[in-house]
Amino acid sequence: MELVLDIATWILLLAGSVLLVITGYGLLRLPDLYTRIHAGGMADTLATTLIFIGLALQSGFSLITVKLLLVIVFIFFTSPTSSYALAQASFVAGLKPKLDGFGAVKKPDEDA
Amino acid sequence: MLLLIAGTMTVLMVRNLFVATMLLGIVSFTMALIFISLDAVDVAFTEAAVGAGISTVLYIGTLALVGSQEKERAKFAVGPLVICVAVGAVLYYATYDMPQFGHPDNPVQTHVAPRYIQESPTEIGIPNMVTSVLASYRGYDTFGEVTVIFTAGIGVLLILRQRRRRRTDANKDAKDTPLDTDRDGKGSSLSGLGSNHDLVPHVIAKLLIPFIFVFALYVQFHGDFGPGGGFQAGVIFAAGIILYALVFSLDLARAVINEKAILFLICAVVLLYGGVGVAGMLLGGNFLDYNVLASDPVAGQHLGILLVELGVGITVTAAMLAIFYAFVGRADLIEEASQRGEK
Amino acid sequence: MISFGFFNYWIFIILLMIGLYTVMSRSNLVKKMIGLSLFQISVFLFYISMGKVTGGTAPIVVENTADAVTTAYSNPLPHVLILTAIVVGIATTALGLSLVVRIKESFGTIDEEDILEMEDGA
Repeated sequence: MELVLDIATWILLLAGSVLLVITGYGLLRLPDLYTRIHAGGMADTLATTLIFIGLALQSGFSLITVKLLLVIVFIFFTSPTSSYALAQASFVAGLKPKLDGFGAVKKPDEDA
Repeated sequence: MLLLIAGTMTVLMVRNLFVATMLLGIVSFTMALIFISLDAVDVAFTEAAVGAGISTVLYIGTLALVGSQEKERAKFAVGPLVICVAVGAVLYYATYDMPQFGHPDNPVQTHVAPRYIQESPTEIGIPNMVTSVLASYRGYDTFGEVTVIFTAGIGVLLILRQRRRRRTDANKDAKDTPLDTDRDGKGSSLSGLGSNHDLVPHVIAKLLIPFIFVFALYVQFHGDFGPGGGFQAGVIFAAGIILYALVFSLDLARAVINEKAILFLICAVVLLYGGVGVAGMLLGGNFLDYNVLASDPVAGQHLGILLVELGVGITVTAAMLAIFYAFVGRADLIEEASQRGEK
Repeated sequence: MISFGFFNYWIFIILLMIGLYTVMSRSNLVKKMIGLSLFQISVFLFYISMGKVTGGTAPIVVENTADAVTTAYSNPLPHVLILTAIVVGIATTALGLSLVVRIKESFGTIDEEDILEMEDGA
């Protein structure tokens, strides 16, 4: 039983860490603010949830698990809200999303 | 550690000050992690709350008032670099006489600390030794520090306080229409800190702010048994009210806790702390002696630590709020002056 | 953590010098305040790293009395000093930033060289 718990914890922690690395890479390489918010907000929430569930598995049925679950609920509420507030604020301030110029899509009137 | 050095070098070199502020927040968080690995859990808690929370809000408030781009330097500064390298070399040479990291026989571990560690469970009886040293063994230092926070709050209010005369008209309008936060021309500036478009933050903030306050109270009173105590609780409480002010408008936050109440609180808790000390003197002991506050010395210590931590928590809350109101109120003043100047 | 010898002092010196260089060489007043904050953070690291005992634990008395005799605690005294110092640091930073706001209102700029030119010319 201990071994199963340990393996599950390892898998969850590694998955969360890999997601965080992907998030960081996305924050660097994506071209626009709105796409970066997309990368940062979504994968971040899932990654921290996975890592905390892994930690909760390690500490068994104790007060620490309850606290960890409360933190998961809290992050689940606040991380998407902060992404929304950031995107809203930058849109109201005037930053428009970059909708062209990515290079892969041909414009329809160039085919003629 | 390398992350720290990389972060600080980047803070030094970026031109845009918003980026520098965010990097300072990252450096503070990394420092909090390093503190946890160095067994300093109370300090990590405080550094995370203060350095990455309140400090960032203050810097961004300042940058909104003064502008965020730094000027390009024409020439590279050789003098400061030479001084820094020279001082660094002298300090590096001095470190070879310093004690080894982590050794139990270091001078810092053998002087007063063993007495605190051994006697604290019996004399004071609370598990968290940092709180017992902070509030009881070194209570004078904490009193001085509460006075420093009080002075800083009063100083910021003196420097940045807006005059009450011009605000009374706007206050009357705000009271007549309490729920209408979308005033003309102020929807997107710093002073109009809320608008009708922000439904999601409104709902989430209303949902979470009570829990933030409960958590602050938990940290305050659980500081005897785990990491926590007055400073962290005060900062978290102030952060909850600042969140309310940021999501809704500043006037609604002023209606909840107005500036007279904050001034009263700052002064009252410094008096509370001093009052506990004087009560110790009146009951026969020395200043800030908790042993005489109750029939049993350990119970007296518990009562004294409770009152003192409460005093510290309320002082920190009131001072942080006063500073925040002063900074954001200044933006209101500049707005109104420019609007009045245009008319 | 394994014993690094003098490693913590060297990290502290590097951070200290970066903070000092930021204060001395940058002319923007808010940048100087940020450099001062970096300076303070490095001093906190110095104190806390001095208080650490190898193999010790956080200075909260453990519940189980069988372990209570044999655990080594890290020194709580530097923790207390640094806790005070962090909050005092933020209070003085707030005071300094409010002065920067007033300087901007009086002079119109927060670049130190421009302010000195204005004062010399006026």
